[in-house]
Amino acid sequence: MTVSALREAFGSAIVRHAVICGDTIVWVSRDRIHDALAWLQATPDQDYNYLTDITAVEYRDTERPLEIVWQLRSLARKVDLRVKVALDKRAPLEVPTCWDLWKGADWLEREVYDMFGVTFTGHPDLRRILMWETYAEGYPLRKDFPLRGHFSRAEQTRQALAANPEANYSLEELSIAEAYHELPKEMRERLRHGERGFLK
Amino acid sequence: MGLEPEQRLDNPATENVADDITEMSVTSPNWVTTRLDFLVNWARKNSLWPMPFGTACCAIEYMATAASRFDIARFGMERQSFSPRQADVFICAGRVPFKLAPVLRRIWDQMPQPKWCISMGACASSGGIFDNYSMVQGIDTIMPVDVYVPGCPPRPEGLIYGIRLLQKKIEGETFTDEALREERLVGRDGLFLPPERVDELSEPFGNSVQQTRSA
Ligand code: SF4
Repeated sequence: MTVSALREAFGSAIVRHAVICGDTIVWVSRDRIHDALAWLQATPDQDYNYLTDITAVEYRDTERPLEIVWQLRSLARKVDLRVKVALDKRAPLEVPTCWDLWKGADWLEREVYDMFGVTFTGHPDLRRILMWETYAEGYPLRKDFPLRGHFSRAEQTRQALAANPEANYSLEELSIAEAYHELPKEMRERLRHGERGFLK
Repeated sequence: MGLEPEQRLDNPATENVADDITEMSVTSPNWVTTRLDFLVNWARKNSLWPMPFGTACCAIEYMATAASRFDIARFGMERQSFSPRQADVFICAGRVPFKLAPVLRRIWDQMPQPKWCISMGACASSGGIFDNYSMVQGIDTIMPVDVYVPGCPPRPEGLIYGIRLLQKKIEGETFTDEALREERLVGRDGLFLPPERVDELSEPFGNSVQQTRSA
């Protein structure tokens, strides 16, 4: 039902769909993904009001595109829907944020950015969330990332010990004024206006 | 024996005899004669205040050890010190990611001497099953460790055995040896051990040698 309604509303932007193990999966083109998610959320008989998770999948077959996955749920209708966008790995990995639709997308998108290096355009505060902000080895869950990281253990340990434990947090998360000067410049700039300064 | 003090010092045979008889002897209701070292170590080893640093599953076993059934209070660890300033033993119970390494190191540096460290579990001691990009391969690469307790997780008996070993180690110390109480800080190169040593300690071992798919 959802799929046919989606096809009606978005036409060829719905690339394909599949039902696997009882789960409906819809592939949407990158250009319309934000519209599709907004539509799924706002249309009364769809009513996908809960964003369960955002994640990404990279397949071992290097030719296959990287997929971003949105797992949606309608709490009232008790149904789930999985929405995917396939991203060609040769182009910059970018998708629009859905933080404006579900505020919970904030950290989920940061996690996908941290682990896969996918940029969510329009995200208010896209920075690493699991690894520390100055982590320089790349994106750990990508297939071309070696299990033990790029640097030697000694170098990893050195960088870890050199970190200021308090600088991993923004002033909003932990008001530790001393850490302010250790933060990267653009982050200081952002914090000076308040973490969500542009919202007013 | 009516020996003069100098004679006692000069005569190794007498010294051994003195060691062999009981360490502490009560000669009258008001007097105790003992070696000062023995007294100091006895007091230290029986009033260890642990700074529990539970980072993962091992912490559950640590809690079990601290709770009534196993009760490490029996060994003088009555007070769990959640402030490093009032702690004697750092017990790292669980795996340590690189992100946590500076926190661990700072807490260790904040602890006053005398202090000891117990590395509890396979992860804290060697990185355990987590031979990956994010995990410290043994906390001995970032701070000195006195006792390693193997196991995943170690049973409370294991930890208690480790604590008993630490107490034994303390018995053998002498408080006049300043080298024991030296702060071993992170060096100028930003590492606690020489880089080759860190790499060596972090080498994959056992099964993990076969399992790696890393570059
Ligand atoms: S040694 Fe085992 S129980 Fe302990 S932290 Fe590691 S995985 Fe968990």
